[in-house]
Amino acid sequence: MASKKTININLKIWRQKNAKEKGSMETYKLDNVSTDSSFLEMLDQLNEQLVNERKEPVAFDHDCREGICGMCSLYINGRAHGPDTGITTCQLHMRMFNDGDTIYVEPWRSKAFPVIKDLVVDRSAFDRIQQAGGFVSVNTSGRTIDANATPVPKTDADKAFEAAACIGCGACVATCKNGSAMLFVGAKVSQYALLPQGRVEATERVLNMVRQMDEEGFGNCTNTGACEIECPKGISLENIARMNREYLKASLK
Amino acid sequence: MAQSALLKSSIAKKYWMALTGLFLCLFLAGHLAGNLQLIFGDALQFNQYALFMTSNPAVKLLSYLTYFSILFHAVDGILLTIQNKKARPIGYAKSNPAANSGFASRNMAVLGTLILVFIVTHMVNFWAKMHFDKKMPVYATTVEMMGQKQDLYVTTSGTYIPVTQVAKDSKEAEEIGAQLYIDHGKDFYNTQAKIKVGEGYKDLHKITFDFFKSKAKLFGAIPNEGLVFTILYVLCMGVLAFHLWHGFQSAFQSLGINNKFTPAIKTFGKLFAVIVPILFAIIPLYIHFVK
Repeated sequence: MASKKTININLKIWRQKNAKEKGSMETYKLDNVSTDSSFLEMLDQLNEQLVNERKEPVAFDHDCREGICGMCSLYINGRAHGPDTGITTCQLHMRMFNDGDTIYVEPWRSKAFPVIKDLVVDRSAFDRIQQAGGFVSVNTSGRTIDANATPVPKTDADKAFEAAACIGCGACVATCKNGSAMLFVGAKVSQYALLPQGRVEATERVLNMVRQMDEEGFGNCTNTGACEIECPKGISLENIARMNREYLKASLK
Repeated sequence: MAQSALLKSSIAKKYWMALTGLFLCLFLAGHLAGNLQLIFGDALQFNQYALFMTSNPAVKLLSYLTYFSILFHAVDGILLTIQNKKARPIGYAKSNPAANSGFASRNMAVLGTLILVFIVTHMVNFWAKMHFDKKMPVYATTVEMMGQKQDLYVTTSGTYIPVTQVAKDSKEAEEIGAQLYIDHGKDFYNTQAKIKVGEGYKDLHKITFDFFKSKAKLFGAIPNEGLVFTILYVLCMGVLAFHLWHGFQSAFQSLGINNKFTPAIKTFGKLFAVIVPILFAIIPLYIHFVK
């Protein structure tokens, strides 16, 4: 059915033994890469080659490989999740590249995302931001309220859902020239701020999450809009504006 | 709340950047309206306006707010830039920023620094002269009386004093026996009584025209410095246009305004970013090439 097209590529990959040691870009040649394979499958193929050569395989994050877990990352040819929009790296296919191409593969670069090994970075800064306020306190023992008993306007529900689509992959931080996490935090603040259940803790939430974000060492948003374009889930800049509004409201309380 | 930190947090810094930036946009509009009198008004009108701008208490208050905004905008911008640089200690080997963001939005700090340098030189060339130069020329008009041309100083009370009756300073007044002399760069004093009898207009109009029409050599080497100043001024307005192109609409996003009005705000911001610098730039071009 599909034409069996293969390409030969050159890879420039960031190799770093561990968090402490200095890394560098290493060059690899990989032949017979099917254009139907995903970018991660291509890396699997490279690792097989490296293992056969008794070399250390390249460490990279991946999990679901269907674009919903937020685990895969990679800064490919100067762009987060590679040269396409609205996708994660596992959804990037080798048909986006040409025979003979040199492909740069780097980890997310952020002070708050230190490299653990090769292309794997520690994104627990996002977890700590979530823990600072990205939740709704619900008592689950005994008489809980049926979710459908609380009316939510359809437009608000839709916007909250769009914000909740964030998978926390960190592409926004990686692509932002300032290493800012405001699209992530904006999305997390918004998904609750838009719903009546979330309003109860809205004031504390935005203050705590922004404080944690600042403590983690993320940069400041300068509204370049790069994050919105590179976000695999199309999270809108509106969410950053909403966070800014929420923060102002909360600060004046 | 105690933890609000309306000065220190990342988002608060953005509010201040936006508020001072938008205030400076208002200032630009006002400053432009004043400057356009160099094209559409006469010298007396412009000098009267300059006196008003340096003496009216309400304008004074606004001017202090403007100085504060420029300084705060610059300092805040420097702090933000330092933090942002720290947020990515190791850069990318290959980066393709043009794929997802505009030139202006990525270079606000560089553009802003250039504008700050421009503002400093601009203030040295005009603002400082108007405020502190004791040797500012005093505005005089030329009238024809009975077939003879005569230069007359115009006082703020609307009377005229022949230039020939006024000495440059008290020393010269005593030497040549003039009735009046000029002090403080604008006040007319009676030579004998040493009391102020009137006030002239500092000739900022002449300063501006001389600046952009000067044929002198810049640093004693580059000929026709007026042309150099004109070109530099126009280039600086180009830099300003890029800064405003991103800055105007960005300020609204920082203040949390992203709604149904946003497309209109963006359009207005881009028009503002293009039209205001062009109108500013036309003035020195007109002075150098037309007048």
